[in-house]
Amino acid sequence: MAKLTFKTDNCKGCGLCVDACPKKLLRLAQDKINKKGHHPAEITDQEQCVGCASCAMMCPDCIIKVER
Amino acid sequence: MADKVLMKGNEAIAEAAIIAGCRHYFGYPITPQTEVAAYMAKKMPKIGGCFLQAESEIAAINMVYGVSSAGKRVMTSSSSPGISLKGEGLSYLAGSDLPALVVNVQRGGPGLGGIQPSQSDYFQATRGGGHGDYHMIVLAPASVQEMAELTVKGFDLADKYRMTSMILADGTMGQMMEPVSLDFDIKPAPEKPWATTGTKLEREHNIVNSLSLVPEELEMLNMKRYERYKQVEENETMYEEYMVDDADIVIAAFGIAARVSKNAVNEARKQGIKAGLIRPITLWPFPKAPFERAVEHAKAFISVELSMGQMIEDVKLATSCKVPVTLCNRVGGMIPSPEQVLKSIIEVNNGGVE
Amino acid sequence: MVVFDKPHALIDVPLHYCPGCTHGIIHRLVAEVIDELGIEGKTIGIAPVGCSVMAYNYFNCDMIEAAHGRAPAVATGVKRADPENHIVFTYQGDGDLASIGMAETVHAAARNENITVIFINNAIYGMTGGQMAPTSLPGQVTQTSPYGRDTKHCGFPIKVCEMLSELEGPEYLERVTVNSVKNIRTAKKAIKKAFQNQIDGKGFSLVEVISSCPTNWGMTPQAALKWIDDKMIPYYPLGVYKDRSAEKEAE
Repeated sequence: MAKLTFKTDNCKGCGLCVDACPKKLLRLAQDKINKKGHHPAEITDQEQCVGCASCAMMCPDCIIKVER
Repeated sequence: MADKVLMKGNEAIAEAAIIAGCRHYFGYPITPQTEVAAYMAKKMPKIGGCFLQAESEIAAINMVYGVSSAGKRVMTSSSSPGISLKGEGLSYLAGSDLPALVVNVQRGGPGLGGIQPSQSDYFQATRGGGHGDYHMIVLAPASVQEMAELTVKGFDLADKYRMTSMILADGTMGQMMEPVSLDFDIKPAPEKPWATTGTKLEREHNIVNSLSLVPEELEMLNMKRYERYKQVEENETMYEEYMVDDADIVIAAFGIAARVSKNAVNEARKQGIKAGLIRPITLWPFPKAPFERAVEHAKAFISVELSMGQMIEDVKLATSCKVPVTLCNRVGGMIPSPEQVLKSIIEVNNGGVE
Repeated sequence: MVVFDKPHALIDVPLHYCPGCTHGIIHRLVAEVIDELGIEGKTIGIAPVGCSVMAYNYFNCDMIEAAHGRAPAVATGVKRADPENHIVFTYQGDGDLASIGMAETVHAAARNENITVIFINNAIYGMTGGQMAPTSLPGQVTQTSPYGRDTKHCGFPIKVCEMLSELEGPEYLERVTVNSVKNIRTAKKAIKKAFQNQIDGKGFSLVEVISSCPTNWGMTPQAALKWIDDKMIPYYPLGVYKDRSAEKEAE
């Protein structure tokens, strides 16, 4: 299992990570608002993540840390 | 006494710069300063230095910006139209508090003007030349010896105060040949902990920058810069006084105009007119003190210039307009003759007697 | 085991760029390359005027902010101040590099100045609010081409890699983009090569990165990445435009 850590307050809610995930495990949390006023990215099912880091590579703000 | 060598003014600047430790020169061809570049092109490769002919004056001044950012002594030279192009870079150098030496061997203007001597870039030089609040230290040599001496001094002052020193010469100074002593007391350049030379992972990164988007911060930066300018005014003003102590008529002139005026003063004295000369060597900071002293006894001042009257404004300010200040000038590449200046002295003297 | 994190050469502060702007990706790639080559301590970056004007706040190496378009001239000075010990890169947008700074760009390339240039082409002036750039596409609507770029009136976009490839000077020119994971990998390889070339003393290396500007293109970040595929790449084909060392080897 891989682990994703989000620097949530730096997320601008662009959603590029959501599209990048080959397993469609990410979403923008519609029920949360971060300090910048964006719906931040989050992972829906950590168990399913293989740690391919596609999300992190697409993130323009470098907020995702990937561990395997 | 060191041996003297016969040199052109432009070459004296170049050799003095090398003696002062300058190993980087960037320029673009323009008359009448080309000898500086030619001299550097010959010398620099032989002493491990860098001469590079830039694609424009704009590029040249920005190459200067780069070397200065890296903490090394660097210079460029040009003539009036080329200095206008460097104006942007001069403003950025000031905004980033970078030291540099810039030489302007002036020619007639405006526009493309001519290639003969002029002093009509006085405003441009003493008021900064580019946009924003700033000053350069402006040094006005009146001999080939001074071309060399003020170049060395210019580097020292630039490093000391983190600002641009400009040698404001003219075509005559650049082209004339005189014996020069190149025996200088060279001080090592000060430490430059602000320079961008690579962090070596041993310190926080340095940033050389003139952008400041927070108005309070930009205001403070300007205020601090002007405190430094005040120190320059207090400590670095230079001038020569010639027969001023008892003078009725005091001439203000710099560079080639001062040499002509000195002859006229001598002739006036022979004719019984008490004439004198104040020769500003720093045009910024302008030497106010000798004018404030002279205005206590002088009947009138004459500003002798190769311009339509630019320094005359500083003379009027320094004398608080207590006595008349008149202009004696030639422009377009013409130089006032000693006879013209003498005539002006006699006229002003007669006017004063009435 | 950490398999992905912010590189050391990128300072841990929020970037000021708009949501979905690919500047952030390219910053990260440059920083990753600096980390991997172990050159942070000797690298000096030159920031432009434009959206990335504040790049000096984001890179951990020494940074200089240049006047608009003058970064290659400033880089020339920094490099020549200490050619053995300085690794110098410029980071410039299309207005900076291909309009006001074109002379500095061409001449640095012609001199084969041993520097690395990261050129961000997003076909628009972003910082000033979306005006027509030297690289704006024919027909592209911008604030100053509100009826679409009319090539009869204001001419054609400049293809920088193609143009510079005609010069004998430059060592390496490649155009890449960052609109997908695959393309990001290719972009990183190109950027790494552009820095390695400098370390090896090979000379002027420029990587043109086709980038997006969702805000001024008036699109979602996702649509902007697709617009790169649909509109930008057909006009600005990706690939290596010059690789002198490779050419020599092939001979």
